[in-house]
Amino acid sequence: MAVDPLIELHDVNKYYGDLHVLKDINLTVGRGEVVVVIGPSGSGKSTLCRTVNRLETIQSGTIRLDGQPLPEEGKALAGLRAEVGMVFQAFNLFAHKTVLQNVSLAQMKVRSRKRPEADRRSRELLERVGLAEHADKLPAQLSGGQQQRVAIARALAMDPKALLFDEPTSALDPEMITEVLEVMQQLAREGMTMVVVTHEMGFARSAANRVVFMDGGRIVEDRTPEDFFSNPESDRAKDFLSKILKH
Amino acid sequence: MNVLTDNFSTYGKGFLGTVELTVYASLLALALGFLMASFRVAPVASLRFFGTAWVTVLRNTPLTLLFFAVLLGLPRFGLVLPFQLFAVLALGCYTSAFICEALRSGINTVPRGQGEAARSLGMTFGQTLSAVVLPQAFRSVIAPVGSTLIALAKNSAIAGAFSVTELLGTYRTLSELGYNIIWTFVWIALGYLIITLTISALFHLMEKRWGVAR
Ligand SMILES: Nc1ncnc2c1ncn2[C@@H]1O[C@H](COP(=O)(O)OP(=O)(O)O)[C@@H](O)[C@H]1O
Ligand SMILES: [Mg+2]
Repeated sequence: MAVDPLIELHDVNKYYGDLHVLKDINLTVGRGEVVVVIGPSGSGKSTLCRTVNRLETIQSGTIRLDGQPLPEEGKALAGLRAEVGMVFQAFNLFAHKTVLQNVSLAQMKVRSRKRPEADRRSRELLERVGLAEHADKLPAQLSGGQQQRVAIARALAMDPKALLFDEPTSALDPEMITEVLEVMQQLAREGMTMVVVTHEMGFARSAANRVVFMDGGRIVEDRTPEDFFSNPESDRAKDFLSKILKH
Repeated sequence: MNVLTDNFSTYGKGFLGTVELTVYASLLALALGFLMASFRVAPVASLRFFGTAWVTVLRNTPLTLLFFAVLLGLPRFGLVLPFQLFAVLALGCYTSAFICEALRSGINTVPRGQGEAARSLGMTFGQTLSAVVLPQAFRSVIAPVGSTLIALAKNSAIAGAFSVTELLGTYRTLSELGYNIIWTFVWIALGYLIITLTISALFHLMEKRWGVAR
């Protein structure tokens, strides 16, 4: 597709010791695109996400962000990570800081904003995810859904070029899943580039430009959601879909 | 019985010597222990190696041997310092290995995701450690660091054998003067008790203040 590529993975291979977790991964995510990654547990979805902001190193291949290869380490790497936000399954809010401080901390440390400016931006974002009135609470005082929305606000506060979501709703009770998905839908509509590992097929159908199906460390299918759901090509994908669509 | 009143100034000097050794060596041990703990969790392999070597060597060397090495060894290399400073170096380096391990086990109690979240926001290793990981590790390390410093206070007695003025060493002066050895030691023990109880109380206070709050 003739898009302006933002994230490009080329022949990426990743091993944990002898375990070959990512096998010759080629994937391009265009600016403004939403790519949903699905696949059975252990297929390498989390690892794929984590290599993009280099929380995991790769053994071969190249990853580019906005045309630039990922820096190896140090300040340049930190700079890159600020450009790619990440939202984790377990929220990972800083347990010793209030909601407001969670959103402001990296703005001050990484973006060198002064506290009043950072806090102003944080309140704006908390407003956007519907949590303005919880600014002074500690994470432990919030529900899972609320914590995940704070985590999204915290990632957005860095003004990232792209956001990675690793099963953002898998740790949530069903009634909280919607509130998080709504925030993500909104971001998708606003043109945020997103890579989302999720099994929420409703989200994939309504928000994704493409669905990537992974199995055993490989990308097996990479197609539009309509194509993928109505007409999966591989047996693995058919099998997987029949299992998750049953419930 | 009147050992104490007759020799108040000897006791006083010894007591002060021990307090000084304890305070200076504690500061050195905390600073070095902090540095070595950062090394041990650093993303740079050579720093991790250095930190590990530091801890392994110092934790497994008898303190008396370390005193010999510092007091007799360093002057051979032309480094001549007052004995008290040598004693602070030996005690401080030795204890830093234990402080390092206490801090590191505290760091390990902080869930991995905390550091990953900080790094994913673009915070550097130093920022992640100082703003996210250590403040959360702090609460669980107060008690073990306290015990380590109490051990340091008692270990400082070894310095007396190397003609540094400190509390335990006062017994030699006093027994030469013919005082009852039992009472001499009772007062010395009381001196150590004052120091260790003070450290305990200090750390107890810190635990009350910061240990429980989350
Ligand atoms: N830190 C690790 N060390 C060793 N193996 C790992 C590690 N993380 C993941 N793996 C393995 O890599 C494979 C892919 O894991 P992951 O990317 O988490 O899959 P998914 O997110 O699709 O469930 C699995 O077999 C998993 O056991
Ligand atoms: Mg996973």
